[in-house]
Amino acid sequence: MTPDAALATAIDLHAGRPGGLLPLLHEVQDRLGYVPPSAVPAIAKAMHLSIAEVHGVISFYHHYRSSAPGRHVVRVCVAEACQAMGVKDLLAHARATLGVDLHGTTADGALTLEPVYCLGNCACSPALLVDQELVGRVDAARFDAIVAGCRSDA
Amino acid sequence: MSAAPSAPVQRIFVARDSAAVSVGADRVAAAIAAEAARCGSAVELVRTGSRGMLWLEPLVEVETPDGRVAYGPVRPEDVPGLFAAGFLHGGRHALGHGLTERIAYFARQERLTFARVGLIDPLALDDYQRHGGTAGLRRALELEPAAAVQLLLDSGLRGRGGAAFPTGIKWRTVLGAPAPVKYVVCNADEGDSGTFSDRMIMEGDPFVLIEGMTIAGVVTGARQGYIYLRSEYPYAEAVLVRALDIARTAGLLGPDVLGSGKAFDLEVRRGAGAYICGEETSLLESLEGKRGMVRFRPPLPAIQGLFGRPTVLNNVISLASVPGIFAQGAQAYRDFGMGRSRGTLPFQLAGNIRHGGLVEKAFGLTLRELLYDFGGGSASGRPIRAVQVGGPLGAYVPESRFDTPLDYEAFAAVGAMIGHGGIVAFDDRADLGQMARYAMEFCAIESCGKCTPCRIGSTRGVEVIDRIRAGRDTEANVRLLRDLCDTMSAGSLCALGGMAPFPVLSVLDHFPEDLGLAPVLAANK
Repeated sequence: MTPDAALATAIDLHAGRPGGLLPLLHEVQDRLGYVPPSAVPAIAKAMHLSIAEVHGVISFYHHYRSSAPGRHVVRVCVAEACQAMGVKDLLAHARATLGVDLHGTTADGALTLEPVYCLGNCACSPALLVDQELVGRVDAARFDAIVAGCRSDA
Repeated sequence: MSAAPSAPVQRIFVARDSAAVSVGADRVAAAIAAEAARCGSAVELVRTGSRGMLWLEPLVEVETPDGRVAYGPVRPEDVPGLFAAGFLHGGRHALGHGLTERIAYFARQERLTFARVGLIDPLALDDYQRHGGTAGLRRALELEPAAAVQLLLDSGLRGRGGAAFPTGIKWRTVLGAPAPVKYVVCNADEGDSGTFSDRMIMEGDPFVLIEGMTIAGVVTGARQGYIYLRSEYPYAEAVLVRALDIARTAGLLGPDVLGSGKAFDLEVRRGAGAYICGEETSLLESLEGKRGMVRFRPPLPAIQGLFGRPTVLNNVISLASVPGIFAQGAQAYRDFGMGRSRGTLPFQLAGNIRHGGLVEKAFGLTLRELLYDFGGGSASGRPIRAVQVGGPLGAYVPESRFDTPLDYEAFAAVGAMIGHGGIVAFDDRADLGQMARYAMEFCAIESCGKCTPCRIGSTRGVEVIDRIRAGRDTEANVRLLRDLCDTMSAGSLCALGGMAPFPVLSVLDHFPEDLGLAPVLAANK
């Protein structure tokens, strides 16, 4: 779907709903992977808001991205329960093998690494959310297998 | 599936809870289906919520005349061996645990709110009703609103999100607030690390939440509800959206709830990864489509909440406890618990713990019982040195306090809080100085920015802790840190800045050696 079509659909579905801005932004990001800055003026107009207000909402929430991620997004839980089970070591492994830090995208565009504060899988830590798939009890070997999976569909 | 006509269909249960799926439940279910087809066994696979014994996931249960027999944790490659051992009839196997409901971890619980979770197909409404579902709503529809509110007050139910405010008082306030439009909002922004009870009930028994919200609506006169669900819970969202469709089709929601002539409907709204939106006024701003900035109180949300209207705003577990209270009566709920903490709380054992999972128990048991009798000690086999209770704003509790009874007031008396019931264990390799720094850093990242003590104080807190850890002018910096914590506690607008000092102070008081300071004498711990 083109950015213009995604935006038109999102406005059509959500602009008229009470408190519709977050659902609208989700619709855009679900379809495109991010909310393009070029879409903000049209969103503001449809919602009867200023561009600054829309930008303020996008920048307030960690979930929304303003640039395109890699083909896959790997969210690593960095909250306390996962720290108690060694997520820092897992992150060090991720940095070393991928060559990127949190918020970075690998050079081949396969994946973007993001932090997340709790996935609610705290009895099966460390946990990741790979796109929409939750993965628990992750060790270095399991992480490498996930990365290989992300790279295999280039 | 083909089978000899005489062979009865065996029912096999595998959780569809996302924690179970995260460790392979879908692959195990597929392996069972494939092996059953290969052997010509007639099986019916039922995907349930999780029993909450998460260290045994993927858990497979088989129906036998004596009850369900449990096997776990099962890997796909274990499946042929299970068939060979006759597990379809409860046969012995190295992964077997006998009858699920006799496993000590499960048998010692008091499951009220979680009574159906793990037992039924979460999206089978007839299953839900066969197991007591909708009895609470039917009872609520018979009562006058004032009597219904009184019933809730009498039960002693307090907000399970963490603040422990009496739920009935919120409802009474909304009931008494004259307005043409009112709302029911469910706070499903379960952001505390170590907590997953909201997620488990939404995935494992979504109709109980829908029923609880509907009761709130018909009692207080609200006709529209919202579930504000965090974006980190895509499985729960999918289950809830399907459950809402089923409930509408069945007349449980809509213009004429169960033929009562009363209208109530619900929708799910997805958050966007802001911890602060678990704070109720920030949540309301977010639902209105704005930045999640905390509001001044008063006015209370019960008077001027969503879109300025009177709003019932409760946590998932509070609302999910309501149908049972209406069905069984206030006294039945009140009979559980201690002091002013009535009923049960689903505790969640997480982090470095051998038997992590969900334990629903009446208030009053101790941390030690939870950590050792249920949890079995640490996952690493090393001593448990500290546990963080109540999420990222909760204190790190040292072993000397493990005998404190889990009761809202008893915990407050030792500078800690139960919060949403999350318990994260750390072994003796944990660097609690690092965790104290993390608490301030987390507050800095998640602060909405409205009040100065939280917005600036958290950043200064990270810097002061760094100086202490570097050994620079430690005495003066410790004094400064305590002073800063005092300012944040007393001067912040909401619990984020107000409670972020809790973990920091607990490390200063109980684990100063991790900040490079002199250790506390054992006698003073």
